[in-house]
Amino acid sequence: MSTGVPRLVEPSSGLTAADPLEFGAIASRTPWQLFWRNFKKDRVAIAGLIFIVLLVAAAIAAPLITKLVGASPPNLINTDALDSFGTPTGPSSEHLFGVDPLGRDVLSRTLYGARVSLEVALISTALATLIGVVLGLVAGFFRGWVDSGISRLMDVLLAFPALLLALGLAAACSLGDGCAVSTPLQVVGLATIVIGLLGGALALVRGRREMVGASLAVVGFGLVFLVLGSVFTITIEPGAGVVIFVITLVSWTYISRIVRGQVLSLREKEFVEASRSLGASDARIVFKEILPNLIVPIIVYATLILPTNILLEAALSFLGAGVQPPNASWGAMIAEATSVFDTAWWYMLVPGLALLFTVLAFNVVGDGLSDALNPRQEG
Amino acid sequence: MIRYILRRLLWVVFLLFAVSLITFVIFYLLPSADPAALRAGRQPNPALVESIRHQLGLDQPWYVQYGRYMKNLVFHFDFGFSYQNGVPVRQLIFSRLPASISLAAGAAVLWLVVGIGVGVIAAVRPRTKLDRASMGLALVGISAPVYWLGLVALYLFSADIGLIPILPGANSYVPLSEDPAAWFTSLIMPWCVLAVSFAAFYSRLLRGNLTEVLSEDYIRTARAKGLSERRVVFRHGLRSAITPIVTIFGLDLGILLGGAILTETVFNIPGIGRLSYASIVRSDLPVIQGTVLLGAFFIVFANLLVDIFYAFLDPRVRYQ
Repeated sequence: MSTGVPRLVEPSSGLTAADPLEFGAIASRTPWQLFWRNFKKDRVAIAGLIFIVLLVAAAIAAPLITKLVGASPPNLINTDALDSFGTPTGPSSEHLFGVDPLGRDVLSRTLYGARVSLEVALISTALATLIGVVLGLVAGFFRGWVDSGISRLMDVLLAFPALLLALGLAAACSLGDGCAVSTPLQVVGLATIVIGLLGGALALVRGRREMVGASLAVVGFGLVFLVLGSVFTITIEPGAGVVIFVITLVSWTYISRIVRGQVLSLREKEFVEASRSLGASDARIVFKEILPNLIVPIIVYATLILPTNILLEAALSFLGAGVQPPNASWGAMIAEATSVFDTAWWYMLVPGLALLFTVLAFNVVGDGLSDALNPRQEG
Repeated sequence: MIRYILRRLLWVVFLLFAVSLITFVIFYLLPSADPAALRAGRQPNPALVESIRHQLGLDQPWYVQYGRYMKNLVFHFDFGFSYQNGVPVRQLIFSRLPASISLAAGAAVLWLVVGIGVGVIAAVRPRTKLDRASMGLALVGISAPVYWLGLVALYLFSADIGLIPILPGANSYVPLSEDPAAWFTSLIMPWCVLAVSFAAFYSRLLRGNLTEVLSEDYIRTARAKGLSERRVVFRHGLRSAITPIVTIFGLDLGILLGGAILTETVFNIPGIGRLSYASIVRSDLPVIQGTVLLGAFFIVFANLLVDIFYAFLDPRVRYQ
């Protein structure tokens, strides 16, 4: 076994008299080893994982690969690659996946498009997970008015048509010099501090000591926003920055809801009760007792929203609100292909398949992860 | 129950109000093209732009503009006029709504039939080749971007450029009131393309729920007392496994009624989605505001209906 751990007797294998229990052979396994044992049985998920690793490698080595196969750089306009009617030429030894209507190499544009896709999706997923975990933890742990406040905030956000909101924000930030978010950050920060202080005062008056911690947490949030908005001049630049901001905004609620639900049930468990009766502080309970138990679901759900975010980035680029030209992105390539796809089918096919396989690979791995981590739902 | 519905309705009104305010602030504060300059034509002279600005009320502070907008909306159901061409936004929306409803409703029928059918078939034969193949295919369906599927479908089947020209392609939408037969054939391809990812998602969800339900004790009891397998699956199993599907269906339909931007763009269907997209590109705030509110209205009401549906089923919800 690759983990180097002695093999455990499988529960399903019948024990015979000739096969006595060897207690020395039984070793404890970390949750990680248990997970890996389940996961590596899932061949499809392993294939997906290999695809992702190759894709990341290809994205990083994009300049090298383009050179190796002799393709032209992604933004090089080359009218010689068009035929005498000015229509793009298909796959050839010079351009393996053909060229686009400007004579740019489709292979190298697809490779550079992978960079955008992965970068935007990974960063926005990480940010959404961070925000979702923090707000979900606070809401689920402190409950009360903090919880209601965060839930109402999510209700408002979820009432928006998501693609329309994303498109509108991205379009508005892509015109001109981008969105200055320092002032909005300061305003939100101040409002949050006021809410936290009011809530804390109310909690003290009512004698509900347990909510004071929650109020302090809220004030802390407000301070972070205020400091961020005051110290830095933050402008969301048109292009990848806007897209990351917008995708984060619409995807954190998903993680937050999951985390809140988990925390609500975890905080009533005996081991938390035990820790509390030993006099542990709120901070200790949150970070040492609850958070470690949340790592697994957080990883699973982050893996599940990642493909959705890749699709969202591509959709925004398709609608012209994503990464700005001439930089390549898969969605924008498909949009450009719309007008020529009846003759230049390769221009539509290559970025589309790249997108499809990437999203599929992440979905397959996410599926495998959740199966391996929740063996009950195996099927 | 009435109290519960009233409380929820009040919250719905607040949500719509919040959505309208936020939309207004976003498009007022964020840098975007100046609507007055857009309206003034190719080579605007400053005096003309100024007079248009005054005429549209754009020289007033944002809260005055917002107050006037809300007053007209609440008292006269008036969404204002498009900056682009001066057409009332209400008229624009109502002229585009039938196309979006046609698209969403037809696709919804399709994905419910296919999704539930495939889900049930996969669930009653778990771990067979058929189950694995259909669930694998469903995962591909979830992963495929809808606009790309649309292009591929056009490339393969559209009458003008397709390899197998059997269906009307893009630009062929005809309103139902004009020619029902042409309406139907023109929408076959958009319906199928739009339904793919939903059907795939629903079949996976239903398969998961149904396999879990079918392993419960009461299903064993139903089988033990000699009910036919068909009755066990449909009457006892599906009835409880389908509840989450109903919730998601309500929400999905609500979102799509507010306009399927991507599908409408690929097939060039004149629905709400294309209207809202065009208005964003042109910074046409009254139209943006109108379409966002319409979308939010559908989403929030779909949520409300789903919640009321649950409250009827489960009395505990009402007293939360």
